[in-house]
Amino acid sequence: MARNTECIAMLLAGGQGSRLGILTKNIAKPAVPYGGKYRIIDFPLSNCVNSGIYTVGVLTQYQPLELNNYIGNGQPWDLDRENGGVHILSPYQQIKGTTWYKNTANAIYQNINFIDRYDPEYVAILSGDHIYKMDYSKMLAYHKEKNADCTIAMLEVPWEEAPRFGLMIVDDDNAITEFEEKPKNPRSNKASMGVYMFTWKKLRQYLLDDEADPDSGNDFGHDLIPAMHKAGERMFAYPFDGYWKDVGTIDSLWEANLDLLDPKVDLDLSDNSWKIYSRNNALPPHYISDDASVQNSMIAEGCQIEGNVDFSVLFANVTVEKGATVRDSIIMPGTVVKSGAVVQYAIVAENAVIEEGATVGERPESMQNIDDWGVSVIGEGVTVGKNSSVAPKAMIDENVAAL
Amino acid sequence: MRANNVIGLIYSNAYDSAIPELTNLRTMGSVPFGGRYRMIDFALSNMVNCGIAKVGVATKSNYQSLMDHLGSGKPWDLSRKNDGMFILPPFSSSEGSMYSNRIEALRGSMRFISRSNQEYVVLCDCNVVANIDFDQIFKAHTDKKADITIAYAKGKKPSLSDLMTFDLADDGRISSIAVNTVSDEDENYSLNIFVLRKALLERLINEATSLHLDNFERDLFQRNVDSLRICGYEVTGFVRVLSSLQSYFDANMELLDTANRKALFPTDRPVFTKVRDEMPTIYGLGSCVKNSLIADGCSIEGTVENCILFRGVRIGKGAVVKNSIIMQGSYIGENSSLNCIVMDKSAVVKPSKTLSGDKSFPIYIGKEIII
Repeated sequence: MARNTECIAMLLAGGQGSRLGILTKNIAKPAVPYGGKYRIIDFPLSNCVNSGIYTVGVLTQYQPLELNNYIGNGQPWDLDRENGGVHILSPYQQIKGTTWYKNTANAIYQNINFIDRYDPEYVAILSGDHIYKMDYSKMLAYHKEKNADCTIAMLEVPWEEAPRFGLMIVDDDNAITEFEEKPKNPRSNKASMGVYMFTWKKLRQYLLDDEADPDSGNDFGHDLIPAMHKAGERMFAYPFDGYWKDVGTIDSLWEANLDLLDPKVDLDLSDNSWKIYSRNNALPPHYISDDASVQNSMIAEGCQIEGNVDFSVLFANVTVEKGATVRDSIIMPGTVVKSGAVVQYAIVAENAVIEEGATVGERPESMQNIDDWGVSVIGEGVTVGKNSSVAPKAMIDENVAAL
Repeated sequence: MRANNVIGLIYSNAYDSAIPELTNLRTMGSVPFGGRYRMIDFALSNMVNCGIAKVGVATKSNYQSLMDHLGSGKPWDLSRKNDGMFILPPFSSSEGSMYSNRIEALRGSMRFISRSNQEYVVLCDCNVVANIDFDQIFKAHTDKKADITIAYAKGKKPSLSDLMTFDLADDGRISSIAVNTVSDEDENYSLNIFVLRKALLERLINEATSLHLDNFERDLFQRNVDSLRICGYEVTGFVRVLSSLQSYFDANMELLDTANRKALFPTDRPVFTKVRDEMPTIYGLGSCVKNSLIADGCSIEGTVENCILFRGVRIGKGAVVKNSIIMQGSYIGENSSLNCIVMDKSAVVKPSKTLSGDKSFPIYIGKEIII
């Protein structure tokens, strides 16, 4: 029997992230590379460890192989523990039959036994697709101070963006009085970040009720939380002030990476007191040659740079040959950009090859019709042939023939 | 002979006195090298890459930084229930002093060696920069039916005291051993990597003890060159032996040659080191970097040419750093200018200073010094 633990975290990492298209063809969204050496899931996992939460259940379902392999025994995050640690929780077979995780609340419901083993007082429900640094222990203290049953992390977003979010209307004490899900005319700009703190006894009961309700969609945001609200439970919003980004779309993934190059953006990965941990490859330092020119960029280990790199994020082991140009782009591990090739406004996935003279993407200012412009995406292992070109906004997951 | 039948023993303090600047506060094994490594990483990685599962690290003095670097041995996959990595601190009884030579050091490690189940031992130092396939040495050892195999390189001998040089017969057997030769010619010089049976090592050490012999090179090898079958194994490719600050500087700078890096860091035999979870390096607007090797966690806003930058180095705006080795966490202030400097960890150069050495005489700046 595991020892009693005050607070454990359940990390929802089963989402496909279909809006990321070919980038999530073979991997779950939380395993998508971010920021030169990280994967998205490094952020919630590191936040847990830094917040003193050492028991984390990771709920996986869609394409779990890469994610499971990446998390392994949790050692890179210091989550290989005698008591607790990180656990991969996949759907499993039961006497009544096998069921996939129907939705977020159902996923937690199916793992009630796992949570009960630790007999926690509080459970944090996190999602595996956001980039942010947050101290959950402060949120827990707030939850206790308010004597809350459920606390939802809340971020003030610009009013014009508010209609994209689940919004909360709160009173002076930050008690939640009303929810609005993606309203056309928002009455609040306080968005839910998808980070929840529950008192486990309460949550456990609502999970059982939710499962018993045949009309429920078994989703936290749509079903369980409104049910708690309706029943008059103590629900509070926890104000968060800092960088937070849902990297659910190609554009937001591209932006979130380039945000790291903007000194004004409040996401400091070099802060030693709140490190973001990741699984490391044993690679030598990167090399910048005499012919190279590197400006305003982030470059990871093992890279060999002989061409021009401007305003870009390069992951490990990327090669940029002499005379090649990479700008305003994200290049994932192991990709080779050969001499004379130009990659701009693009995301190039792992181990792709951009052959000599090929062009990928286009600057927005050189478009005749700006509506046709968008970030180009090259899939994993794709070869873009010699002198060929890939249009802006295109998503390429098959080799492009040479011209 | 299979690698899992071999234990490794690494001398972390051997030749400490060769680079007194860098080993004043640390062992040769913990001397930083190549942007993110410590010297012991090469010996340890060579061992684990061929499948050696049990490694002892013999220490003598100043080994705090070494222990900090090695931890439980996890980065080398040597944190295990069975076998794994063992740090062997010096054993000094109340009346005796700490060991002063290699034979005494070996004697101090004999309990660790004798209690191992493995049949063979490989001994190695920490001042050799090379990626060596130990399997090939083991194969040569078996094929040549050698009692002892010593790895050597051909070339101008590094200026280290008591270094052995060899004459070899056509079959690879070492026919004569010289110590401290004076010569400008190319020689076969020892890399101090020794492979032999555990039982033979025990016999040699016991013999040396009973006869009061205390010279490793002369009494263990030179004396037995006829009675034992001692064979050489030539290591080719990129091999550098550190013997002075100058050779340290040169060997680092040679990593700016892509061919040398490919030889030292082949993808199938990686060099493992302690993980520090630094973010990737950030190049600011106006940065200008040419021909340099740069580790994670740096922030560069100035000019860097022909340099090795370790993890977490910051180069301020307008600073110009050329032909230098800047170690972990150091800071070069705005508009400062550095040339041919070896700067130890966490040193600080305040804005608008100028420091210059020469390629044939690099200047050393100590750890945590503020200029």
